[in-house]
Amino acid sequence: MNNLPILSLVTFLPLVGAAFIATIRGEPAVVARNARNVALLTAGTTFFLSLGIWFNFDTAEPGFQFVERSDWMPSFGIAYHLGVDGISMLFVLLTTLLTPLCILASWESVTARVKEYMIAFLVMETMMVGTFCALDLILFYLFFESVLIPMFLIIGIWGGPRRIYSAFKFFLFTFAGSVLMFIALLTIYLQAGTTDIPTLMQHDFPASLQIWLWLAMLAGFAVKLPMWPVHTWLPDAHVEAPTAGSVILAGVLLKFGGYGFLRFSLPMLPEASVVFMPLMFGLGIVAIIYTSLVALAQEDMKKLIAYSSVAHMGYVTIGSFTLTVQGIQGSLFQMLSHGIVSAALFLVVGVVYDRIHSREISVYGGLVERMPAYALVFMIFMLASVGLPGTGGFIGEFLVMLGAFRVNAWVAAFTATGMILGAAYMLYLYRRVILGQLTKDRLKSILDLKPREILIFAPLLFLVIWMGVYPKPFLDVMQPSVDQLVQRVEVARANMGEPAYAGR
Amino acid sequence: MPTAEFPNLFPALPEIFLLVAAMALLMFGVFRKDDEAGPARVRCSRIVARLCILALLCALILVVTMNGSDRVTTFNGMFVVDRFAVYFKVLILISSALSILIAQDYLEVHRVARFEFPVLVVLASVGMMLMVSANDLMALYLGLEMQSLSLYIIASFQRDDQRSVEAGLKYFVLSALASGMLLYGSSLIYGFTGTTSFDAMAGALAAAPGEAVSLGALIGIVFILAGLAFKISAVPFHMWTPDVYEGAPTPVTAFFAVAPKLAAIALLLRVMMEPFGALTVQWQQVIVFISVASMALGAYAAIGQSNIKRLMAYSSIGHVGYALIGLAVGNEAGVRGVLIYMAIYLFMNIGAFTCILSMRRRGQMVVGINDLAGVSKSNPMLALALAIFMFSLAGIPPLAGFFGKLYIFLAAVQAGYFTLAIIGVLTSVVGAFYYIRIVKVMYFDEAEEVLDRRMDRPTALVMAATGILIAIFFIIPDPLLSQAQAAAQSLFGG
Repeated sequence: MNNLPILSLVTFLPLVGAAFIATIRGEPAVVARNARNVALLTAGTTFFLSLGIWFNFDTAEPGFQFVERSDWMPSFGIAYHLGVDGISMLFVLLTTLLTPLCILASWESVTARVKEYMIAFLVMETMMVGTFCALDLILFYLFFESVLIPMFLIIGIWGGPRRIYSAFKFFLFTFAGSVLMFIALLTIYLQAGTTDIPTLMQHDFPASLQIWLWLAMLAGFAVKLPMWPVHTWLPDAHVEAPTAGSVILAGVLLKFGGYGFLRFSLPMLPEASVVFMPLMFGLGIVAIIYTSLVALAQEDMKKLIAYSSVAHMGYVTIGSFTLTVQGIQGSLFQMLSHGIVSAALFLVVGVVYDRIHSREISVYGGLVERMPAYALVFMIFMLASVGLPGTGGFIGEFLVMLGAFRVNAWVAAFTATGMILGAAYMLYLYRRVILGQLTKDRLKSILDLKPREILIFAPLLFLVIWMGVYPKPFLDVMQPSVDQLVQRVEVARANMGEPAYAGR
Repeated sequence: MPTAEFPNLFPALPEIFLLVAAMALLMFGVFRKDDEAGPARVRCSRIVARLCILALLCALILVVTMNGSDRVTTFNGMFVVDRFAVYFKVLILISSALSILIAQDYLEVHRVARFEFPVLVVLASVGMMLMVSANDLMALYLGLEMQSLSLYIIASFQRDDQRSVEAGLKYFVLSALASGMLLYGSSLIYGFTGTTSFDAMAGALAAAPGEAVSLGALIGIVFILAGLAFKISAVPFHMWTPDVYEGAPTPVTAFFAVAPKLAAIALLLRVMMEPFGALTVQWQQVIVFISVASMALGAYAAIGQSNIKRLMAYSSIGHVGYALIGLAVGNEAGVRGVLIYMAIYLFMNIGAFTCILSMRRRGQMVVGINDLAGVSKSNPMLALALAIFMFSLAGIPPLAGFFGKLYIFLAAVQAGYFTLAIIGVLTSVVGAFYYIRIVKVMYFDEAEEVLDRRMDRPTALVMAATGILIAIFFIIPDPLLSQAQAAAQSLFGG
């Protein structure tokens, strides 16, 4: 192991790039070109740096690695403390992978205020990576919450016609949820006397307090995830955000909620997590079935994918709260594959939106005639979203259901209906957009994927197949940390007199 | 004790120096002025303004260098200097100096550049410093009135502007009423405790544990609270704030929003913690009510505003509500929270007002929120700065405003005031709505007619400095935190 502060580098390198872009002056066209280049260069370098985390990661170690620590507010015992474990490491890579792809995807479609756009994305990358790396409560909240500022601006400035409404809804929903979580974090700090997350993960809070803390945290994470019934900001935000904004929103920001459950709710408040297990199953099942049905009725492609995201996040909720190794690994895997698949699907929509400037499903039809490569890419991601074996989506959903079956067969059965409904709305979407006769005049001259677009899709395609065919490297990374987490929850279950699940 | 003993002037040296400087500058101005309305007068006002800033900075240096860590009293115990007083004096002097700095250009453009303005600000600062150091009801009242009298004049400084005069008059009448209440409360306290000295009062009120607290003293405390609540524009004594903020010349509003509030909050903290410290349980419920009402009104009433100065008025009412959470908690952590909050509040507010001062169209000041439409394109630096201040006022990390709230809520949660903390965070969500509405107007809306790009040097400088300070505060927050910690300790240690 070398002593390079790799996490700090990965976290703050994008900020350096953003600061550099801010200093670019000159002709608008030159500024835009330079801003794009610098942003891509920074994000690309960050990605390659973050690969260092992947290669140097010790898959036998359940605790935190690459830990960095220095004083920040010593009079309060609050420190600048970074580190990753099997739960957070892959999210860091997901973020650093998606950001350069977002910048590439905005290469031609964003023409107004390019400089500010690129700054916003790079600043946001810093905050997202920081959220996953932070090992201090206050530091975590700082990163977690500050994402609101760039995302609000991205939706509001570069978004669609109803962007202002959506930006406000996004901001206020998320802010309202996380301030309650903020109070919970402060209470945790004062109860345990420390803001150090690894220490807190071993701290036992009184059971009655756990209930309140857990509910306050739920407010924050449920809005982010989003869970039914506080998911309504998501379709609006997705529809109005520019393509790259949707990609980041679906790919990374939604993972904050699931990550929060696994980093805070489960290890810090295990008793409350056991108590609220049925509630979470209920909400998860409603999310899966209800939003799948809603998705079936959508006329707008982005809205359909947005609702499908809520449904997929239902799997994450259920998987996390099965409190089994399979379920939690499944929910982690589901988050990763959803991060790639939904990001890819928004990019897929972005491709035709850039050409026709409409997201209405009825505008399209028969695209396969003019865009065979596009149809192929769309098909693979669509099937991955459905959870076809051989794609990343399958592994996650399968593991979640496996975990659910061990807890309650009914939960598993309801979860499984989501897969059927998922297939229904996705295949229906695909049929209406891609298949059939190409009759509409507007589409007669539409062009197939450009090299730049193929470059964007290639890594995502590769990953989605890799995750489906050979998921072992990913599962190996998660295994020790998840085992440790489940053991902690099992201890709490045993203390509460509940039976342990046999045959782990 | 011999009454004829000459008091030790040394602890009050900064105040005395400022007072002498103000007198000298007044004389200088009177004898320099040679024509009624011309360049000579403007030049004179400029020189006096610079000298005033210099005097304030010298006073600042005096305050800091003479700061022993011990508590020193003088003038027969009427005047106290401790770390707490030093902390607030530093903030007050900084805000006065910045206010004079950003006012000059406005005054010149509106042809009211007179040398009296900076001198009055200096005199008001002396009054505020006296308030911060008051250790006796007499000293308290003297300081308060010295400050208020100067403020009445500068509120109506734009003599030929009807609204400015109205603001001054309104402020005068209502403030006089508040002073009356304060005096009435003081007389009750004096009657029931037999002393005006804070130290003796603390002893008299604490002497009888177990016994019921005398009703007269309680009523006296409530009256004093009412008087001081007026000065910090807390609900239900806030009615003057929007009108005065709107009517007064903008640099005066900037000054009003910061320095007098700092002084009054300092006074409130000292009065409640030192002489009335034994009655914490009694006054706590009043403060809790004032705090909740201020937060709620500040959040909801600001939503409908279209004038940015009125909006800032409601915003300041809300912020006082947050600061009062710290007082309501009534312990050292709470006071520390208030101290941190007020320091950050100073820079956020001065910064926001530099932006408002820079809102001009064809040379004329505009104050409508909608006038900011499209500023992000026509004047990106102004838009960026104002966006930073607005997000910070809303309390979004990583900006400084978040840290202010962090320590306030930390204290509240620590003392078990969960309800207060939850109301606080929820009103801050409502408040966030109107702050981000300004960001929306600047960044999302298209301009019909753009604002002028012109910005005078000092204002732009102050804007940049405060903006950077607010944006990067999170990197090294510890110096401020440890200062506040020491100041809060001194209030409880002594």
